[in-house]
Amino acid sequence: MKPDSTFREIGPQTDRVTVRFGSSELSLPRGENLAGALLVVGVMPFRHTPLSGAPRGPFCMMGACYDCLVEIDGINRQACMLQVTEGLQIERPSIKGAGNA
Amino acid sequence: MHSADLIVIGAGPAGMSAARRAAGSGLSVLLLDEQPAPGGQIYRDVDRASKTRGAILGSDFIDGLALTRRLAHDNITHLRGAVVWQIEEATRVNFTRNGKAELAEGRRILLATGALERPMPVPGWTLPGVMTAGAAQILLKQSGIACERAVLVGSGPLLYLVATQMVRAGVPPLALVETQTKADLARSLRHLGGALRGWPYLLKGLRMLWELRRAGIVRHVGATDIAVEGDRSASGVTFRVGGIEHRIACDTVLLHHGVVPNTQAARSIDIPHRWDDAQGCFAPECDEWGRTAVSSVFIAGDGAGIGGARAAALAGELVALEIARDLGGMTERERDAEARPLRSGLGAERAARSFIDSAYPPYAGALAPADDTIVCRCEEVTAGEIRRTAGLGCLGPNQAKAFVRAGMGPCQGRYCGLSVTRILSDTNGIPPDETGYYRIRPPLKPVTLGEIAALAEHETAEVGK
Ligand SMILES: Cc1cc2nc3c(=O)[nH]c(=O)nc-3n(C[C@H](O)[C@H](O)[C@H](O)COP(=O)(O)OP(=O)(O)OC[C@H]3O[C@@H](n4cnc5c(N)ncnc54)[C@H](O)[C@@H]3O)c2cc1C
Ligand code: FES
Repeated sequence: MKPDSTFREIGPQTDRVTVRFGSSELSLPRGENLAGALLVVGVMPFRHTPLSGAPRGPFCMMGACYDCLVEIDGINRQACMLQVTEGLQIERPSIKGAGNA
Repeated sequence: MHSADLIVIGAGPAGMSAARRAAGSGLSVLLLDEQPAPGGQIYRDVDRASKTRGAILGSDFIDGLALTRRLAHDNITHLRGAVVWQIEEATRVNFTRNGKAELAEGRRILLATGALERPMPVPGWTLPGVMTAGAAQILLKQSGIACERAVLVGSGPLLYLVATQMVRAGVPPLALVETQTKADLARSLRHLGGALRGWPYLLKGLRMLWELRRAGIVRHVGATDIAVEGDRSASGVTFRVGGIEHRIACDTVLLHHGVVPNTQAARSIDIPHRWDDAQGCFAPECDEWGRTAVSSVFIAGDGAGIGGARAAALAGELVALEIARDLGGMTERERDAEARPLRSGLGAERAARSFIDSAYPPYAGALAPADDTIVCRCEEVTAGEIRRTAGLGCLGPNQAKAFVRAGMGPCQGRYCGLSVTRILSDTNGIPPDETGYYRIRPPLKPVTLGEIAALAEHETAEVGK
């Protein structure tokens, strides 16, 4: 995870909630798109491919490419199709499961 | 179970205008979209974003409010966050909402699932930090997030639009690397008559170019040999213009060379498709009313062939009129009278389109990628591997899939299908129509056992009542 993100929020600040990503605690804007919020705080990559282990991050932001997969409650989900809610527990998908979401 | 006269899948301009027109003709409409708010790709989250970011996104974006407002109609039920994963027997739609599967039955179904960006396989396009230009635009519209130190690469009006929106957001791109050539522009002048009919588009294009120049954005036109550099994430883009090699250091690379119909839903129910040579993609076969070979299923908007947002909204209304006639809500004469102004509007939109299509053709280097370029992002299959399957006798994508797993990943070929068709077609010397496309089978989107279990429980409870 890079501490400095290349994605910048230009909009008005909204209230924040706490979520967990792996072992770190993140403060993200409530109700906003999860993939976008993770990009802003410098989460990259989101996952590694099951085949070669290559790093990946959001590519389409419209639910079509599956490169933004994260694991929530043991299920691989597209971060770009989710909204930030209080207390989310997010993990990087286990390599094995990443291909068959 | 939900039931309605008409189920509309997709709440973009096509789906929204169809829903409203059908509702106005007395039909009950169930509108399903996987996004949390109506708008589709062009008007993504317009109700919210227009308030805070309207000036950045421009008047074409704010126009979407006229469509979202009109969804407030007694006959329209709009379910947000409804991910459609299966259509059964041409009348039943399975979808997931809030983690639970649900079922809806409709007398007619309208597919208004829009477009996807054309796959643009160039070396390094799978690196983190490489996104589609549309993705950057979605971040800006929906979340108010701008990419810093970005280079836009490819061709087409959307590239300019995203660039101007970034300029207005105060985070201008480092440069535009454009793949169209002067020869493309010269060729497109044949369609200038059409463009003049669509003069507002021409004017808009010129205005955007002027805005970019004023902002001092460098444009490299006629670029070839494009590649993204980087180890763990994108760190630069390299290309050639007129024999000279260039390298731009950057953090984000935004690719775009046009949009193509999202045909997943139509293909999953075996609606026949044909190759559209002018647009370089497959489009579902449907008549002038959007009717397909499956008699209860219609298609409108970019999903039926790329025409842009205004064309999508007009087509949505036309299809709604035919469905209303079909279900006895109006006579043929009434339908035709109401359709007339819509058709003439559609004619003007289409005329402008052929100019755009020929002035901004897809990037040739991404249509015939180098052997070691990854084509299938999910299964990491290269163009060379696809070509080798042709050598082994593979004629179509489904055979290639069996050999090298291309198209077997979670995206179900959305970002490799057209590339694989094109590569096999070129290698075998067989036209794309004969080469064909992946066979698409439900679920269109992954669905978990837990989600389905919720549906089973619910339906059993309903029956037991
Ligand atoms: C990323 C992107 C950005 C674009 N931006 C612009 C722009 O700024 N200006 C412009 O003129 N054109 C833009 N376009 C072109 C765009 O295709 C059209 O202008 C217009 O949005 C087409 O309208 P439509 O109603 O046909 O489809 P869309 O607007 O694409 O709407 C389709 C809707 O269907 C929904 N959907 C798809 N599949 C499912 C499913 N399985 N379950 C539930 N819902 C589903 C989607 O969520 C979406 O809301 C963009 C295209 C893309 C892909
Ligand atoms: S970024 Fe493509 S599916 Fe989420």
